[in-house]
Amino acid sequence: MVVEKIYGELCVTCNEQGYLTDLNQWTEEIGLEIAKEEGIEMTNEHWDVIAYLQDQCRKEVPLSIRKIGKSGVVSIKEFYHLFPKGPLKISSRIAGIPKPVSCI
Amino acid sequence: MKELLILGAGTSGTMMANHLRKTLPKKEWNLTIVDQEEIHYYQPGFLFLPFDLYKSKDVKKKIDKFIPKGVNLINEKIERIDKDNDTVILKNNTSLKYDILIIATGTDISPQEIEGMLGDHWHQTVFDFYTFEGARNLRNKLRKWEGGKLVVHISEMPIKCPVAPLEFTFLADSYFINKGMRDKVDITFVTPMSGAFTKPKATEALDYLLEQKHIKVVPDFNIESVDGEHQKIIDYGGEEVDYDLLVTVPTNMGDEMIERSGFGDELNFVPTDKATLQTTVKDNIFAIGDATNIPASKAGSVAHFEAEILTDNIMRYIAGKELKKEYDGHANCFIETGHGKALLIDFNYSQEPVKGTFPFPVVGPLSLLKETHMNHMGKLAFRWIYWNMLIKGKHIPFVSATMDTAGKQLEESI
Repeated sequence: MVVEKIYGELCVTCNEQGYLTDLNQWTEEIGLEIAKEEGIEMTNEHWDVIAYLQDQCRKEVPLSIRKIGKSGVVSIKEFYHLFPKGPLKISSRIAGIPKPVSCI
Repeated sequence: MKELLILGAGTSGTMMANHLRKTLPKKEWNLTIVDQEEIHYYQPGFLFLPFDLYKSKDVKKKIDKFIPKGVNLINEKIERIDKDNDTVILKNNTSLKYDILIIATGTDISPQEIEGMLGDHWHQTVFDFYTFEGARNLRNKLRKWEGGKLVVHISEMPIKCPVAPLEFTFLADSYFINKGMRDKVDITFVTPMSGAFTKPKATEALDYLLEQKHIKVVPDFNIESVDGEHQKIIDYGGEEVDYDLLVTVPTNMGDEMIERSGFGDELNFVPTDKATLQTTVKDNIFAIGDATNIPASKAGSVAHFEAEILTDNIMRYIAGKELKKEYDGHANCFIETGHGKALLIDFNYSQEPVKGTFPFPVVGPLSLLKETHMNHMGKLAFRWIYWNMLIKGKHIPFVSATMDTAGKQLEESI
């Protein structure tokens, strides 16, 4: 199921869990609004991670905590510090990329 | 004579040897397969071994039994691939020249990747069931275990057979009920994902199983270390889970030979085109099964479907034709839910598992995403199919390499 959501003056389509269904609709403003919903105050370090995630997503590279830890962008510890409790899930939502999933 | 070389004689490699020996002209092509093991394991059986549902002999056979005549089997460890010179170097320093290479070296557990996972407690209070030794040692432990906190745990994705850990918890529930000691065992499922099920249709259809079987779920748990002394696992966020018996799926990685060859991703999986199965390493190198980095499940059914498409693509490559971008991520698996029942799921890259019947619309006889005894019988029958049809490269009737949507209830899916 796809729902429409309004962030500021922009209307985007999300899945029922609030993940953007099309990365092309993403803007920094939308990222900021989603971060607010997640209770995260964005800093330059946060944005560096977001840019990395989007880049990997565009290249169709599946993401994992390990990959991010080895990316040179942040260590796994720092990643947890930036996005506490489920960092990949939360950062993916802010980045406007799909939620990481398993087969079932 | 031209040379086609296959690395790995597991499920994928053996299937490719069987397919290609039938397809490649014997007068023009030599076919060689290399593997360091002498035993071929029926890996789906590792799930049943700990619960005394299968015996050791059910899951192992001699590796050469399944390599067809006309294929040269070399029993040796692989040192590395020298892609620039189209050569594979073996541990005994033999060099094998190839025209086409197929990498089918699979994936294995790497418990050393998690701090504290290995140690005196390994196979004493901390077990894997992804190796024959792990499954057998766990069986011996369970036979005399008197109960306590059983924690079933996934270290990180991707793993081989992603639903196996969940099946393990269902079978454990059944096992302890049958032994009359379910009240003495507390079962917790710990996963780095957001839940035991993450796809909407599966969550809706299957979440009741966890409640019904009294299985606690700890989601979003990314393990940092195992504290063997105090019997707990700790995640990067500082969360801790205590155990008396930890059954973990350690990090799964591709063969170290991939790393020694200078390619592979951070988990030693081979960068591969997800539709053609040609690697991005070099045009004459292909990869199949668990060894690739494609976003499909690491499972035997995936390897089986890939093998049919890869065989076609190798023939096209030889003929100088464009490769077929045909592989759609099709996977099909039985999920044991305990008490003689099982589920069946059928899905691909874009279509999540949904309800319906399989392989025939309406008639079935197997039901998708629904617990039935017939599905369980299907899973048991699969061992025969595996040894007698699947790895010999025989086509399984009515099941195509790409996913069929007939018989599936797709209307509500996203």
